[in-house]
Amino acid sequence: MTLEISRSFVDTILAQSRAEYPDECCGVILGPAGSGQALRHKPMVNAAHSPTFYEFDPKDLLGLYREVDDCDEEIVVIYHSHTETEAYPSRTDIAYAGEPGAHYVLVSTRKEIAPATEFRSYRIVDGIVTEEPVVILD
Amino acid sequence: MSIEVRIPTILRPYTKDLKSVEATGATLSDLITNLDSQYAGIGERLLENGALRRFINIYINDEDVRFLGGLQAPVKDGDSVTILPAVAGG
Repeated sequence: MTLEISRSFVDTILAQSRAEYPDECCGVILGPAGSGQALRHKPMVNAAHSPTFYEFDPKDLLGLYREVDDCDEEIVVIYHSHTETEAYPSRTDIAYAGEPGAHYVLVSTRKEIAPATEFRSYRIVDGIVTEEPVVILD
Repeated sequence: MSIEVRIPTILRPYTKDLKSVEATGATLSDLITNLDSQYAGIGERLLENGALRRFINIYINDEDVRFLGGLQAPVKDGDSVTILPAVAGG
């Protein structure tokens, strides 16, 4: 499996992670149900407002799923940032990965690699993490 | 009439892939017991040590049960209950 994603979404997500630093940022990218195409970016509020944790507010979460249903969409990407660590799923990320069909994207803008950034994608199913290539479309 | 329970993707292996099932009960706690009696094992995914798991969100008619009394939240025929795992991590 591969994640295909537009350059503009990658840039917007990296910008969001810088803007919300020192807290983790988060959000989703949606697409038509069954398509697997990441077409509509929706940043979400990190209700935890934490540099080490993120969570969609339960009310926002319900709103998101209702919207996805109404628009006949699916959640294609769930992303969040790691502010000081590698863009690799933590044990917590793995434990709470509740959307088995999604691409889990992690970004890191940690200082030690600046100005480089990391944008990586994974499948997390039944506790197993599999990294997948990211193809950035111009 | 009974109570419609909408099942998230990750729990559908317990409900034979159904995304919506029916259950009965007067409280959320009863409802979960009834659900588990129909779809064995689902209860354990919702409860831990007798309490609702922190990272499972349950809504009754779009209201978060945390504001309705948690496991003691009343449910009645015609209500719609939605279960959504939290989107969270660290």
